Amino acid sequence: MSNYDAETLARLIGMLPPAPVGWVQAAQELPAAKAEIDQIVVRAQADAEFRAALLADLETALQAEGIEPEPRVVDKVRRLLADD
Amino acid sequence: MERFSRYVYAITIQGFRLPPHDAEDVFQDVFARVYERLDSLRDDDAVRPWIAQLTRRLCIDRLRTGSREVGTDLEDLADAPADDVLTELEEAFDVHEALAELPENCQVILDRFFAQDESYRTIGDSLSLPAGTIASRISRCLDKLRMAFEGRNSPPLPSSEQVT
Repeated sequence: MSNYDAETLARLIGMLPPAPVGWVQAAQELPAAKAEIDQIVVRAQADAEFRAALLADLETALQAEGIEPEPRVVDKVRRLLADD
Repeated sequence: MERFSRYVYAITIQGFRLPPHDAEDVFQDVFARVYERLDSLRDDDAVRPWIAQLTRRLCIDRLRTGSREVGTDLEDLADAPADDVLTELEEAFDVHEALAELPENCQVILDRFFAQDESYRTIGDSLSLPAGTIASRISRCLDKLRMAFEGRNSPPLPSSEQVT
């Protein structure tokens, strides 16, 4: 009566292997990273010197703030600063 | 995120066959948007289709960007990926949802054997069980999974046949 015999179920289980651990960890850290990014943007809005430093060399400025300048983070901050 | 990470990963890699770097970007982008929308994603039944649609859209965007970079005609992307792969991934998600309802020892053994490609021996060594025991447990757990899955997917009984 069922199309889902043991072989089919086994194949369907196998279709969803775990995502790489590093990907999952990075995704779990996204909310914290977002909070950090939001703080930086707020500070850049209030502090012209800080904003100028960010625009001049974003990667270095983020590192100085203790934030790993991963491409995704850098792109996000750059977009937010441009929109600002 | 725990619940959907495999599904999103599979759509990017198996469904759209994105290279790992692009697939990872899409994966992170999907969950960044999920976190942004978390408060408005209250209806559990709507979450999976929303995540699936979002993932597909971001994969297509990524393929389009790649096609522009290498000069591929966009028409070539029109039928990628095969719909039957995406349908099977939805079925696979449903099976994993049913799997999550089984006792933990069944979840672990079926997942390690079928999804993580571990051998009887590797699983047996880590659980201090003979390989033959692992094989018989897999068989029993598959039976339980089939019952759990069919229970989830059986149509509701007519009201006169419902158990009271």
